[in-house]
Amino acid sequence: MSKLPPSDLSLIEPTLKTYANTPGSLIAILQATQEAYGYLPMDVMEHIAQKTNTPIATIVGVATFYAQFRLEPVGKNLIMLCQGTACHVNSSELISKAITDELGIEDGQTTEDGLFSLEHVACLGCCSLSPVMMINGQTYGRLTPDKARKVIRSIAAASKEGDEQA
Amino acid sequence: MRVVIGEGSCGIAAGAGGVHAKLEELFAQSNPTDAELGITGCNGMCFLEPIVDVYDNKGELHRLVKVQEKDAQAIYDAVVANDLSLVDTLAITAEDEAFLNKQTRVALRDCGVIDPESIDDYLAHEGYAAITKILTTGMSQEDVIQQIDIAGLRGRGGAGFSTAFKWRAARDSKGDQKYLICNADEGDPGAFMDRAVIEGDPHSLIEGMLIGAYSIGASEGIVYVRAEYPLAIVRLTKAIEDATERGYLGNNICGSDFSFTLRIKAGAGAFVCGEETALIESLEGKRGMPRLKPPFPAQAGYWLKPSNINNVETYANVAWIINNGGEAFAAMGTKDSKGTKVFALSGKIARGGLVEVPMGTTLREVIYGIGGGIRDNKEFKAVQLGGPSGGCVPASKLDTVIDYNELAATGAIMGSGGMVVMDESTCMASMARFFLDFTAKESCGKCVHCRMGTKRMLEILDRIVAGEGQEGDVEKLEDLCYAIKDGALCGLGQTAPNPVLTTIRYFRDELEAHIAEHRCPAGECQALISYSINKDVCVGCTACARQCPVHAISGSPKQPHEIDQTICIKCGNCKTACRFGAVVVA
Repeated sequence: MSKLPPSDLSLIEPTLKTYANTPGSLIAILQATQEAYGYLPMDVMEHIAQKTNTPIATIVGVATFYAQFRLEPVGKNLIMLCQGTACHVNSSELISKAITDELGIEDGQTTEDGLFSLEHVACLGCCSLSPVMMINGQTYGRLTPDKARKVIRSIAAASKEGDEQA
Repeated sequence: MRVVIGEGSCGIAAGAGGVHAKLEELFAQSNPTDAELGITGCNGMCFLEPIVDVYDNKGELHRLVKVQEKDAQAIYDAVVANDLSLVDTLAITAEDEAFLNKQTRVALRDCGVIDPESIDDYLAHEGYAAITKILTTGMSQEDVIQQIDIAGLRGRGGAGFSTAFKWRAARDSKGDQKYLICNADEGDPGAFMDRAVIEGDPHSLIEGMLIGAYSIGASEGIVYVRAEYPLAIVRLTKAIEDATERGYLGNNICGSDFSFTLRIKAGAGAFVCGEETALIESLEGKRGMPRLKPPFPAQAGYWLKPSNINNVETYANVAWIINNGGEAFAAMGTKDSKGTKVFALSGKIARGGLVEVPMGTTLREVIYGIGGGIRDNKEFKAVQLGGPSGGCVPASKLDTVIDYNELAATGAIMGSGGMVVMDESTCMASMARFFLDFTAKESCGKCVHCRMGTKRMLEILDRIVAGEGQEGDVEKLEDLCYAIKDGALCGLGQTAPNPVLTTIRYFRDELEAHIAEHRCPAGECQALISYSINKDVCVGCTACARQCPVHAISGSPKQPHEIDQTICIKCGNCKTACRFGAVVVA
């Protein structure tokens, strides 16, 4: 993480201003931070600590407590694979394996090309479509290992095409 | 005619958005009959999504199911021609209709009926009638609480505590400021009724909270919603704005001196925040670790002020109770459990979705009568109730009625309403491991019993499913279970052993088979099974060989294939790929 360039702290200023006089806003501030940077950079958390007069330990304590917060940058496409009971019963483990086979990453990891990150998440609440995964806000249900691989391949193709055009 | 598309998260996940976009495009091009296009929330028939409801000119409902984008043109043509028989192939079958007809809907009364984004639609369905009645006819706080008391409403979030008791306690607490909080941190894997209520009928939650706030004297309310429910947050935000604009939230509601504001707080992903004091800590921006009780939230909750917390489904019942009277609610159910309960039916069920039934209904009626039994003609094995705090109820207990006490007697709990059905291919040892893995990860770490205890239990279960179980492991698990139940600080730890205890109680032989015989009777635990090909059934289509990642399968086309056990990694790809059922697990 030390290799990363310093973060642009101005991105978080409006949030700090909004919550300046509202006690108990740390989670909301961190959510806005993640929204802005894609994750919680250490230097931004240190900046928040200074500005809100909160010990950095408290901030990192909260950041590491909740599943939503990430301390490292995430790939371009975030695969959230549901680990709910209904998905488990309907063999979500096979889907997990298929994704790992396809991309060579496990839960919490990002592919070398930065295209995909895999995250196992608690129930997404689409139990009747299980097994389910969510990629970039879109839900893919009634998955089979094959269907999951196809979805990932088509997103990879679309991402690469988009890059070439850009 | 009115064309209404079911757009809850699950409908959208099944493709409702694409259907909507296509219909919108067609009607935008030409709409000779002035048909209206609208949306509604989830009606609970998740197994039929995406669903399109067409109301003809007589107001009669024609429900079209499993609609794909390519069907949009046909629906459009039928609407324009004013002849819905043209899309008969999409019409719901009488058999599937029974899924809804056998239910009694109170909390879900408007879900799948009204447009969740329209306050006018809610108003047209008795919306805000209850709070208006309370504020304009001079009902006192006690009058309202009494109706809730008569109704016998108990918390629908899991613990089943009396709502009237909690409201009275919060009302009687002294304080210049009181808070009313809604727990919408539906963290139970396998439960999604609260999501459906917020997405499908957000105003019913707001109205329930208004009534609660009036009863305890709170002027500020907070809804703590899971971050995993983005659509629920969007719809609730709009509903709060609309209700504020119409004067149902804000100062001097309905011309009275009662004022109440409501805001949303997005959770950040922690199961323990479903525990009320942990939720309060999280609301205050801290790590969501439970507090010692007493003091209870009713005395010292959010910012140490008197606070009342109920879950979404509980609040969703409140306006109905005021409109129809506590007796009408209490007329449904059993002696100790009144009204209805919503269940999220999923797993190996034929018809999965949201089911609301009167208390006192049997599990069998819900699973077989409404849910249509087990998928693919397999055998029912168990139903998991109450998620990580609950337990697995076996076939011999299927005639248990839905009642807080009766369900507790089985070792499971009512819980928030997750009902995950399992068939013969589900391994109960692996299931118990799954839940302990969940609770061990979600344990906040504050108390030793939960933090260390769940970890030790998980280690034992890990070795059992890996075929390395030791003699005496079951007894060790039992010891740990009781120690954790007695010693843990909060509900998460106290109930975490339940899935293991019920597994020991009803499926001990299955655990023992793993330990003593290194055998997984359900054929699920990878370390204990092997895949082989039944030569009499294999047609030599080569599908399995092509899917095998380690090339363990050999054989010529049109000849029976064979799996080399020394290479096989037991990934199961071949079994999934085989369309003839030739791959067998032993």
